[in-house]
Amino acid sequence: MRHIINLEVENHSGVLARIAGLFSARGFNIESLSVAHAEKEDVSRMTLAVRGDDAIIEQINKQLNKLIDVIRVIDITANYYVDRELVLVRVNCPPNKRGDIQQVNEIFGAKVVDISNKSMTMEMVGSEAKVDAFMETMRPFGIQEVARTGPIAMLREFKKKY
Amino acid sequence: MKNKMTGAEMILHALKKENVGAVFGYPGGAVLDIFDKLYGTDIQFYLTRHEQGAVHAADGYARASGQVGVCLATSGPGATNLVTGLATAHMDSVPIVAITGQVHTHLIGNDAFQEADVVGITRPVTKHNYLVKSVHELPIILKSAFYIARSGRPGPVVVDVPKDIQQQICPESYPDKVEIRSYKPTVKGHPQQIKKAAQMIAAANRPVIYAGGGVVASGASAELRELADTADIPVTTTLMGLGVYPETEAKALKMLGMHGTAYANYAVQECDLLIAIGARFDDRVTGKLDKFASKAKIIHIDIDPTSIQKNVKVDLPVVGDVKLVLAEINKVIEKKQNTDWIQTILTWKKEHPLQYNGGSSISPQYVIEQVEKVANRETIITTEVGQNQMWAAQFYKYTKPRTFLSSGGLGTMGYGFPAAIGAQVAHPDKLVVDIAGDGSIQMNIQELATAVLYHIPVKIIILNNQSLGMVRQWQGIFYDRRFSSSCLRRNINCPPHCDGSGDMCPKEYVPNFVKLAEAYGAAGYFADKTEEVTPTLEKAFNTPGPVIVEFKISEEENVYPMVPAGAPIDKMIKGMA
Repeated sequence: MRHIINLEVENHSGVLARIAGLFSARGFNIESLSVAHAEKEDVSRMTLAVRGDDAIIEQINKQLNKLIDVIRVIDITANYYVDRELVLVRVNCPPNKRGDIQQVNEIFGAKVVDISNKSMTMEMVGSEAKVDAFMETMRPFGIQEVARTGPIAMLREFKKKY
Repeated sequence: MKNKMTGAEMILHALKKENVGAVFGYPGGAVLDIFDKLYGTDIQFYLTRHEQGAVHAADGYARASGQVGVCLATSGPGATNLVTGLATAHMDSVPIVAITGQVHTHLIGNDAFQEADVVGITRPVTKHNYLVKSVHELPIILKSAFYIARSGRPGPVVVDVPKDIQQQICPESYPDKVEIRSYKPTVKGHPQQIKKAAQMIAAANRPVIYAGGGVVASGASAELRELADTADIPVTTTLMGLGVYPETEAKALKMLGMHGTAYANYAVQECDLLIAIGARFDDRVTGKLDKFASKAKIIHIDIDPTSIQKNVKVDLPVVGDVKLVLAEINKVIEKKQNTDWIQTILTWKKEHPLQYNGGSSISPQYVIEQVEKVANRETIITTEVGQNQMWAAQFYKYTKPRTFLSSGGLGTMGYGFPAAIGAQVAHPDKLVVDIAGDGSIQMNIQELATAVLYHIPVKIIILNNQSLGMVRQWQGIFYDRRFSSSCLRRNINCPPHCDGSGDMCPKEYVPNFVKLAEAYGAAGYFADKTEEVTPTLEKAFNTPGPVIVEFKISEEENVYPMVPAGAPIDKMIKGMA
């Protein structure tokens, strides 16, 4: 199954190569990875989306932990968490379609960031599922280009389900 | 007081602070500053003839002594020549600090002369590595390197130091200790797990201990012995674990796995509790995984959490330093006897001993037995890789840890001789013997110069079957005797096909090892008759300085028992009729 793993790592050069190298050397599948420095300048936070059976996920967690530069590994999949992804998408849009697309944008809370006589470009933020749904809804217009960040995620402070 | 050391001086200062007894290495442009500061100091430096020799010697030094082995090489080709040795040490968890020179900071990434991305190249074959980017961080990096190399599950660490950083003044002093927030190995076993382990041991009727290199690394032989004696448990070891439990004991099963003893493999397959201690369920040990110890519950004690549940599903994991965990288990375990089980084991030992057919030529197994007779219990045996390694493991009884040094995980041909040099440097008064094949020894034969010039009296026993014996063995058994490139007499006149020796075979073998030894200033002896084996060994072991002893053996001699790769370990080929 798919797991979201949060990493806190030392903000050195070369740490990303260690993580990527681990995945390729051990044949683990990585679906997405996003990284930037966290609340402290010397710590980076990474969110990894990985896929594998329980044994593989256990190994991924342990192997990540074993890397000297990794401070903390939290597999958040089994807990309550919030995840967000940002997508930029450019779709075919002659002037007569602008209204239709705007309607979809409103439903998903997407923002227009670029426009021309042929296309419209939106930014949209949401959970991965919501981004997927947005993409599906945009597909009939004709998608020209997509850039997705992959999910970033954080554990919820309140552990209760709602 | 303000520090006035240069980076190069700081490196040597760190070696002293870390009580490094010996450094093996080779100079070059990017480490000239370190070598200049080394000039005239009392640091014991050994100039090898190849960087691979240096890293294996550091490895042999570390395995024999339990201390961190240190090697020093220049940038580019110097550093890349270390890679095989680093991978060897990494697979077998040997603590090494390798210091490499790097081109000037401002040249990095410009494809400068003798530049290589050493941190990139060595990343997958080291426990950790560093590129020093500022002289200010040099002391803390060196301290961390030694700490990381020797703590937790030990391993090699590379510190890559650009030339300009070696030359700059380092204002920081060398720290007494280091705290790494992202590196905290678990050493103490969880009390609940230890309690459960003790209960499982108490409940077992047919327990077996499967001990690996972690017992050596942790120095836990005494604790292991106490457990085995108190709870009456037979002990089998991996190649890396040989010697942690005296093989002279009745409960010793010697090595298990592909070339293990039949009785060790039977015991593992029939046991109801397998206690894996500092071992990692390597494929050469387990054979077919789902048939391995399938009747047993498994306890796995290891300092490295990634080793647990990696290959085999275990019932009770205990993460911690083997020595501490075993000491805790010993506190709560009660004396018991597994009389029936031990009886079964003894019967297996009697019915399926290691054996060999004596032929007209010298049996390599006999040579190993005679080495043991002529040597003593303190003798350190190193091996190359292949048949020589397996015979050395099978036919010599190891009784102490750190007396058998061999490249287990990586299987590096050419390891044994330079490792023997390192071991001899660590223990100048002990007899150090490298059991070699004629193929492997040629992979680092250049170190004969090092051994001769530094008066390192290593004894090299070459079991010369004029072929790459283990390759030949597999070709004989699994590839229909198509001996493709495993014959070391093969020359330009040989036909493309070869299914074994015949009248047409070239007679000539090169090199002449006796003359080769003499060319380097070492002694060389040769024997091809069984009755000459013991006297030749006695003569060699009593000759001062390094000696090559060449025994001519038959190329048809194979290593048995043998479990075909991927078969269950009790399905052994016991030998050819």
